[in-house]
Amino acid sequence: MKEIKFKIDGKDCVGKSGQTIVEAAKDNGIYIPTLCHFEGLKPAGTCRICTVKVGGRNMAACTTPVAEGMVIENKTSEIEDMRKAIIEMLFVEGNHMCPTCEKSGNCELQALGYIYTMMVPRFPYLFPTRSVDASIPRLYIDRNRCVQCLRCVRGVVTADGKRVFGLVNRGGKAAISADKDLAAALTDEQAQKAMDLCPVGAILKKGVGFKIPIGKRKYDNKPIGSDL
Amino acid sequence: MSKPVVATASLAGCFGCHMSVLDIDDRILKLIELVEFNKSPIDDIKTFTKQCDIGIIEGGCCNSENVENLRDFRKNCKILISLGECAIMGGLPAMRNGIPVKECLEEAYLNSPTVDDKIIPNDDELPMILDRVYACHEIVKIDYFLPGCPPRADLIWEALVALLTGKELDLPYEVVKFD
Repeated sequence: MKEIKFKIDGKDCVGKSGQTIVEAAKDNGIYIPTLCHFEGLKPAGTCRICTVKVGGRNMAACTTPVAEGMVIENKTSEIEDMRKAIIEMLFVEGNHMCPTCEKSGNCELQALGYIYTMMVPRFPYLFPTRSVDASIPRLYIDRNRCVQCLRCVRGVVTADGKRVFGLVNRGGKAAISADKDLAAALTDEQAQKAMDLCPVGAILKKGVGFKIPIGKRKYDNKPIGSDL
Repeated sequence: MSKPVVATASLAGCFGCHMSVLDIDDRILKLIELVEFNKSPIDDIKTFTKQCDIGIIEGGCCNSENVENLRDFRKNCKILISLGECAIMGGLPAMRNGIPVKECLEEAYLNSPTVDDKIIPNDDELPMILDRVYACHEIVKIDYFLPGCPPRADLIWEALVALLTGKELDLPYEVVKFD
């Protein structure tokens, strides 16, 4: 595999051809925040949290392949503020009530809010009317919290290659939905996988909740990206 | 120089944020040295008796009385702080925001299995319920926001000290949480 030399915020980095900027940065110990991206899934570039600047242009670092001689801006105040704005936008366009959510403390959206010290979103709240689907035996879908990252769509697939989750409608009405029969056939393990794939509390397993006490959850004491 | 004056209120909140203020433990003695309290459930002063420097608001606005109270605080306080998730984004009460008010009232007072006298309260003395729950900064200008459910005592303490002394606020990661 060909070696590629590039720079992130002035630091010399080495990557391999075919790697995305996010992957190559990770190999060099540099954290680029991601939300819709999940290791092992084909990148979708839906959330744009990973936006970096290359040659003066904004690019999604999870979908852009790293190239020889690339000069990447990652932690500049301009980019960091734009990422914070995206987080705030995601918060106001859904109904994200952290105190009531089972995923709180293990939620990636919340964890990103923490690293950017989001005290209040700068945008007006939309309080959209969204539905909850509790008809699946092992799971429920709370669309109030969905950020439409499409991780579940990409990652929850049956043995014969059928997608269990899909996106229905368009624009502001776009929503995650599950195929009734395929969702009903999900094993406990698959249901857990679907829940773990979801970065927020939109897909949750039934029958269990608030399992880990406050103070011991994933992002209670350790910021997201700090384990790199 | 006279001490800075602090006022507090709980609007559509559960008083948990006020409890968290008390959670600063023995630092409350230092707080009393630093500031004087005016209108607040802490000292039970019901109306403003003077112009205040800092107003701390817990809870969002779910009825007309909350709005009136909040506007009164804005008028009487130089600096207003939204304390906790309810003040910042409506919090738990805002879970009704997707449900029409009529449906909420019918569910609570007419259709609930434990309801005895099936009547929706409509006494003139009662404040009018709003179409939805509003965050405080949707009603008046708010100067600072301290998130958490409740906000950690250390966050409240550090923010107040920074505000009173003019020092830079350097918050540890564990202190800013949304739950």
